[in-house]
Parts: sequence; structure tokens; C-alpha cells
Amino acid sequence: MHNSLTNTARLLGAGLRALLVLTLVTGVIYPLVVTGVAQALFPDKANGSEIKADGKVVGSSLIGQSYNLPLKKGQETPDAALQWFQGRPAGGLGSNSVNTRYKLILSGATNLAADNKVLVQQVKAAKAAVVKDNSVPGYTVKANEVPADAVTSSGSGLDPDISPQYADIQVHRVAEKNNLSVAQVEKLVKDHTDGRTLGFIGEPRVNVLELNIALKDLVAKH
Amino acid sequence: MGPVLAGILQLVALIGALALAYIPLGTYMARVYSSDKHWRVEKWIYKGIGADPDTEMTWPAYLRAVLAFSLIGVLFLYLLQRLQGILPGSLGFSSVNPAQSFNTAASFVTNTNWQSYYGEQTMGHVVQTAGLAVQNFVSAAVGIAVAVALVRGFARSRTGELGNFWADLVRGTLRILVPGAAIAAIVLVACGAIQNFSGIHEVGQFFNGHSMGGSQQWNGGAVASQEAIKEFGTNGGGYFNANSAHPFENPTPFTNLFEIFLLLVIPFSLTRTFGVMVGSVKQGYAILATMASIWLGFVALMMWTEFAHHGPALQLAGGAMEGKEVRFGVGSSSIFAVSTTLTSTGAVDSFHSSFTGLGGGITMLGMMLGEIAPGGTGSGLYGILIMAVIAVFIAGLMVGRTPEYLGKKIGAREIKLAACYILITPALVLIFTAISMALPTPPHSMLNSGAHGFSEVLYAFTSASNNNGSAFAGLNANTDWFNTMTGLAMLLGRFLPMVFVLALAGSLAEQKPVPATAGTLRTEKPLFTGLLVGAILIITGLTYFPALALGPLAEGLAS
Repeated sequence: MHNSLTNTARLLGAGLRALLVLTLVTGVIYPLVVTGVAQALFPDKANGSEIKADGKVVGSSLIGQSYNLPLKKGQETPDAALQWFQGRPAGGLGSNSVNTRYKLILSGATNLAADNKVLVQQVKAAKAAVVKDNSVPGYTVKANEVPADAVTSSGSGLDPDISPQYADIQVHRVAEKNNLSVAQVEKLVKDHTDGRTLGFIGEPRVNVLELNIALKDLVAKH
Repeated sequence: MGPVLAGILQLVALIGALALAYIPLGTYMARVYSSDKHWRVEKWIYKGIGADPDTEMTWPAYLRAVLAFSLIGVLFLYLLQRLQGILPGSLGFSSVNPAQSFNTAASFVTNTNWQSYYGEQTMGHVVQTAGLAVQNFVSAAVGIAVAVALVRGFARSRTGELGNFWADLVRGTLRILVPGAAIAAIVLVACGAIQNFSGIHEVGQFFNGHSMGGSQQWNGGAVASQEAIKEFGTNGGGYFNANSAHPFENPTPFTNLFEIFLLLVIPFSLTRTFGVMVGSVKQGYAILATMASIWLGFVALMMWTEFAHHGPALQLAGGAMEGKEVRFGVGSSSIFAVSTTLTSTGAVDSFHSSFTGLGGGITMLGMMLGEIAPGGTGSGLYGILIMAVIAVFIAGLMVGRTPEYLGKKIGAREIKLAACYILITPALVLIFTAISMALPTPPHSMLNSGAHGFSEVLYAFTSASNNNGSAFAGLNANTDWFNTMTGLAMLLGRFLPMVFVLALAGSLAEQKPVPATAGTLRTEKPLFTGLLVGAILIITGLTYFPALALGPLAEGLAS
């Protein structure tokens, strides 16, 4: 009995030492070396692909932002600021509930099931809003022209992209609100549309923040 | 080009990349675990551990070392979280509560990486990098070590010796996981994944509602280094809550495909390692063919149901984009979802709860198969070898012959151990799910109602018991009940099967080899692959069919 106790203690000691040594290798040396190499070779990317407008950092080209008006009294969701291109809905985003001295955005999805009535309502409302917001005199959006990404929340809630179709149906509205010609805004969208990587990886997309920065420049020049 | 064709081409590219890596990586891993040379740095480590890497262990000794190392791992990770509040470099984050600390410790040590916490608001630099990421490496190395011990059981004769656990652990970490993860991490950073220690900091914003400008708060962190091993070691615990859907973890369409490659490459290539070590690479090909056909079949089914997007909300939206990112789209997300649930990874680039009813069912069934196609690092190989033993036994019954596999008799003792192995996870899944549904409080954690609500609970225990870690994440798993019970399910689902695997390995290693005769079942032939696929699907299908009928099948057939 005594013998097996010492054996167990010896084994646990070996386990502890193994964990500590491997923590040094994989939990200290490895991340520090990777950070050093990353910061030396790709500092911009390693630090979040920050993007500037007029010399000021306005976010990351990888992280989607909202372009909304301030919340009015009695409103649960703010109205969209229609002069800017709009990103996807982000129904799953949260704000931090622990360590609350920070104001963090918690990434996430709605996790609502395909047959959930709440989700059906959300999609319905989003679709109606997209049709209403983007129909301007001389241009009417039909419900069947609204692509799926315009009315569904992304996985991260931070999706930086929209589909080219969703960008296209916003063109007339954005042109009208900013006193630009439709052709000018169409060209802007075309210039900011990325195809699939190597022609087949992923899906075509438009980065909303980059598009809005270019839009801002265009308005300023106008 | 349409999205369906693009999805198929991505699948073809992925298969090509895996095929290119198969022989070099598989053969290299066989060398790693067969070599009698030690690197100098390894010798220092063995000195530090106080273990002689050349001492052979019998199965009980090997098992004791696995359990001791894992127990220490759970305790260490638990304490690290409980002490976070006073640890420097933790962004001032408070300590994690006991139930959640236990759950997370059990989760990362068992290679599950189930997360009942939000990464961005709960875990600081020290816990993420020196706690969670460390277990990403070593839990994967433990899995491979146990698989290699089983392979040695087949390869060796008239000995009880299965190798040395400490040597297998250290070699797997140093020679396979660290170099692979380091390269992968740099690739991820080059594409946009972040890698810094800037903590939580203010970053400018474009438009704040009233005017241009404003600011937002971001987490910095060692994300790419953790993301790389998270996939490469089939772990799956995200730095951020959105996991691999978060652009800082998975920034581009290319990184998405690359991450799928990372999480599949070791499990698939281990069949080559197995073939080399038992002296017949064809035996490895037969196992590979079994894994690959199940995986391909599942991908095809998933793409079909997701592109068809049945379900009221998805039909109204015109596509299954709820919970999916634009840059990945439906095709690439479907490949990721199948690959993550047929391995023990559990990372997600899209949220399974919002998949079509049948799509959600496919992710669940993938885990229920025991994660063997290709399965987790190591656990996939030993899981499918157990199924191979069962298949050989069934074939033996048909012709009335004592079954044998790789020159070893599958007798009463071997079949008992294999049967115990395959009974454990279904028992855990079904019992924990049944109790959770029967009690008054746990069902309050469900987000969705009806069949999908039941699926959330079934998914949780399927994921925990099979050490996957993905979720129908609407379920509020941060309750004492779910933290404790999924924690137990993870520990039992990881270590009980290992007991039977190592006991089987010991029993096989002691045997003397049986020479192959004309009556021996040729286990390197397509006939055996077919038999093995059938055995896997039937045994799992029968076990879980009633539970699946109540959840995803009910939802899928209604829509």
C-alpha cells in the first residue's frame, strides 16, 4: 500500500514536471516566437489590418461595422444611416456581461433554428426594410431581388462583407442620398467587388467599410 | 461559375492537398514514433521530467502515465482560471467561477474544447496562451500516443510492451505539432489573423451615429498561434466566441480552406503511419478508404441539404446564409461543418444550429459515428481500429471462423474490450440527455423550442461525450448543471475508452502472430472497406436512431 502511494506520487510528480516543461515550450516560447516573426514580417496584419481614412484609423478591413443613426426613444433597433452602404444584420452580437468596465463586442450568431418563428419574423422584417429603404423614385426593389445575406445574420456578427447583389440594390439609394450619379456609385461598387480567390475559393464579396471610405472620398471630391 | 460548382472545386482542391501530404506526413510520423534517437532538447526535457524515455511500458503503466498527466492537466488549468484575477497579464479579468473552470479544464484536457464561456470577455492572455493553447498541443499529443500504442499492439508479438508514454508525448508535441502549428500560424497571419499582445484597446470607427469617427474596443491576443494548433490538433476552442467565423481567426476564403486542411491532415495521414508501422501500407489504405468514403458521403449530403435550404426562415431568405459568412458561402461552410464534426475538432466557421434541420442532423450523426472518419488526432485512428476489430468479428461469425486482424486472433477478451469501447459514448450521450430532459430546470437552457430544443441538448451531450466541442450554441450551457454534467461527460468519454484501447493493445501485443491462410479475411481489400463502412453505419444508426428521430429528423422532415 505504502509502495503504491509513493509510486502514484512519483507519477504525478512526473506529470507535473512534464506539463511545466511543455507549457514553457508550447505556451511561452512558441507564441512568443510566432508573435516575433509575425510582427517582423506582417506587422499590419498581425495588429488587425487597420484601415485609415483622412489619416485617421477608422477600423479594420476585416471587421464589419454598423452604419446606423442614434437610437431614438422607444426604439429597440436603430434606423440605418441610409447615406452609407449597409452591412449584414448582426442579430447575434452581444456586449460583455462580465468584466464590465470594458465595452467589448461579443461576436456570435443568433443560433435560431430554420423553423424558429422568431427567425422567420426577423427575416420578414429585414426583407421589408431592405425593399423599403432601397426603393427610390425611379427604382423599385422587388422582394425576390433581395439576396439571402441581406436578411440573415452572419456567424460572427462581424461579417465585413456583403454579396455583390446586395451592394447593387443599394446603389440607387446611396447615389440619391449623396447627390451622386448612379453610374458613379455603380463604378465604385464594381471597383470594390472581389471575385472568388483563384476563381473558385469562397464567394464573391464587397467589403463594406472599404466601399464606404471610397464613397466618402467621392462625396468630398464632388 | 455557380456556388455549387465552386463548392465542388474547393472540395477537389482540398482532397488534392490532403493527398499530397498523406505519404510524407504519414511516413514521417511513423518514423517519429519508431526512431530510437532522441533530440538533444528532448533529452533535456526527459531529464526535467525525470523519466527514462527508453523504458518500455506495459499497458497498465502506459495508462497510468496518461491518466496522471491528464489529471495534472485538469488541476493546473482549473487553478489557472480560478487564480486569473490575481495573475499578471490577464487584462484585469476576474477569476472564472468554479463550475465553469472545471468545465473548461475538463474540456481542453480531453481535446474537446467545448466552451461555455465567451472568449473575448472571460479569458486573458495568460489563460489563453499558457493554459488553453498548451492543452491544445498536449491533449492532441496524448491522443496520438494512445493510437500509436494500439498500433504497436498489432505490430509487436510475445511482449506486453507498448512503448514509453513520455517519449511519445514529447515527440508528438516537439516533432509534429509545434513545427506544423508554427508554419500554419505564420500562414494565417500573412492572410490577416492577428498575433499580438496589445490586450483590449480602443480603435477608431468610421461612423458613430451622429458624425464621422468614434471608437470601438477590440481584443488583441495571440490568436493565430492558437488558431493554428486549434485546427492542427483537432481541438476547436476559439479565441473568440464566434470561433472560426470570426474574421481575426479566419480572415479569408483561403484561410477557411486551409483550416479545413489543417484539421483533417493528421487524422487522415495517421492511417499511413499505421500502415507503415504494421508493415503493410495497404492495410492503411483500406482504413483510409473507409474514412474517406464516409467523409465524402457526408460532405455531399451536407452540400445538397444546405444548397436546397429547406426550412421556413431559410426559404423566406432565399438561401441558408443564417449563421454563415459571405466570404465562405454555403459550399465552403458545408465542408467545414462536416469535417469539424467527423473529426473531434468542433471549431465552427458557421453556426450549426441555424443549418437546415437535416444539415444539423448530419453534424450530429458525424459525431455519433464516434468521430472516426477521419476522427481526432489519434482518437480517430484508435476508434476506427476498434470498429475494424468488430467488423472482423462479424465477418468471422458469418463464416464460422475464429476472426483475426493483422495476424492477431480476435478472441473473447479482445471482443469484450472492443464492445465495451463502443458502448461507452452512446451510454453517456443518451443517459445524460435523458436526465437533462427529465429534470425540471435544465430544459430552461434551450433557446429554440420543440424538436430543435431537444436537439440542442442532444447535441450538447453528443459533442461532449465524443470530445467534439461544437454546439447548437443557442443552449445556455453556462449553468451549474450543464457545466458539471458536460464536464463529466467529456472526462468519461475521453478516458474510459482509452482504458479499453490500451487494454486491447496490451492483449494484442502479448499474442504470437497467426500466419495468414487461404481462409484469412483479406483486410486490405475493398470488400473489407465495404464491410467496415456498413458496420460503422449500422451499429451507430441503430444506437442513435430513436434520439435522432425526435430531434433533427423530425425537424428536417417537417420542413
